[in-house]
Amino acid sequence: MPISHDAHTVKQFDVQLANLRNLVLEMGGLVEAQIHSAIKALNDEDVSAAREVIARDQIINGMQVKTDEDSVSLVALRQPLGSDLRLIMSLSKAVTDLERIGDEAEKIARMTVKIYDVANSPPSAKLLRDVTPMAKQAIDMLHGCLDALARLDVEEAVEVAKGDDELDQEYQSALRRLITYMMEDPRTIGNAIDVLFIIKALERIGDHSKNIAEYLIYLVKGKDVRHVRMEELVQDALEGE
Amino acid sequence: MSTTTIEVKAALNGGLNADSREAPLSSAQIIDYDHRQTVGRITVDNPKITCRSVNVYYGEKQAIKQVSLDIGANEVIAFIGPSGCGKSTFLRCLNRMNDTIAVCQVTGEIKLDQDDIYDKSIDVVQLRARVGMVFQKPNPFPKSIYENVAYGPRIHGMVNGKTEMDELVHDSLERAGLLKEVESRMEEPGTSLSGGQQQRLCIARAIAVNPEVILMDEPCSALDPIATAKIEELIDELRENYTIVIVTHSMQQAARVSQRTAYFHLGDLIEIGETDQIFTNPRHKLTEDYITGRFG
Repeated sequence: MPISHDAHTVKQFDVQLANLRNLVLEMGGLVEAQIHSAIKALNDEDVSAAREVIARDQIINGMQVKTDEDSVSLVALRQPLGSDLRLIMSLSKAVTDLERIGDEAEKIARMTVKIYDVANSPPSAKLLRDVTPMAKQAIDMLHGCLDALARLDVEEAVEVAKGDDELDQEYQSALRRLITYMMEDPRTIGNAIDVLFIIKALERIGDHSKNIAEYLIYLVKGKDVRHVRMEELVQDALEGE
Repeated sequence: MSTTTIEVKAALNGGLNADSREAPLSSAQIIDYDHRQTVGRITVDNPKITCRSVNVYYGEKQAIKQVSLDIGANEVIAFIGPSGCGKSTFLRCLNRMNDTIAVCQVTGEIKLDQDDIYDKSIDVVQLRARVGMVFQKPNPFPKSIYENVAYGPRIHGMVNGKTEMDELVHDSLERAGLLKEVESRMEEPGTSLSGGQQQRLCIARAIAVNPEVILMDEPCSALDPIATAKIEELIDELRENYTIVIVTHSMQQAARVSQRTAYFHLGDLIEIGETDQIFTNPRHKLTEDYITGRFG
């Protein structure tokens, strides 16, 4: 049964659910901004902007705690069932992934601080070539899953889930290229490993975004599509659409 | 007596003659047939009771519309739904409690094992010994605790002699989880017990006649949470030996005690399914709206 858009008899329950959802979406927006800022700081070689990203991660952590508190009290006080229960469970799980995405942004910022520290020689443009396209893909996926969450749009969630395979392939290609550079010139190993941490962070953002897309499919369709083949996910998600 | 699924029209044409099905209905009563199709699997592999196309009328008003449902052996099935949805009415069909209401007419087929319970050869008293009932308000007889339990077996002639009766009374109270609390005061009136104890006494009374099915009509609505928990634990234990049908207004209770849940709405059986599925992922919008508290 698709989730109901009718109001609850108890109006305050609607208000609380809306507040929870808004809090998660607000947190999602902040996380998305963090990735943007982290990538921009990297591209601009701006160490102080990167430090700001690191500092802002605390805000995201605080929002995670607040969302969990609100979810627990909703479960305790309202005993939600059906789509209300699925909504709270999905949001609560999504928040964990959002917080991890925030951590990945922080990791990228930390690498930026490290590699553009005056004492180091930064990686060449050649080593960094995969970062921008992978970042774009990861940000698109995150944006897509948040958009899907805001609009309860399973079709968009399916697109996000599909996108993760592409990002994984991009990561594998980038990894092979980095290994090639390292074998050709062992002096690049230090910098190449720094870049590897960055692209790994981007690849993880894709995984977390896919998780959020899967929670959204569970929320709307009541079907758990984690750990199933992509064809099955698509079929379950789009059944009756 | 027809033993296959009964067409209501056939019933109306005088094809049936047992008790509450006997009186032919006026044509005005049969036109309301826009009943909703039930979502979910109505059959079970090991049915104890099978209901097919059951309709119940209170005079002109149709309270149950074409309900077909199996109740499995040794399962706890919960009936939920808003007030007036017909869940208690349907429950009361299962041991013909509706016979006592003059204007009430039941059509369709209800079988306990292979026996059509509305067949004229069925002795209603015997039927109610096989299908016991526990009511919303504890209603012990104005007799001693002992006599409350002993009364049923005695009128059914189930025991020989005092020793056997003592054993049966003790055993029933034990199974109802009440023995320890009342052992030393068996001769005190049943009404001297607390509400929760009285309800367990009523359950002991119900199981003393060794029923196959126990119907419970909101058995905990007058009890506090601790007494409720004791009854719920008892329901879970009783499931080993009995089939239990429970009507409850508490969705949490339905979720806690039952394996399957049936949702009724305005006389229709809207949805039937595994309890887990009904409460996490109902398939019908009416079920979803009810369990999430969205009824306007």
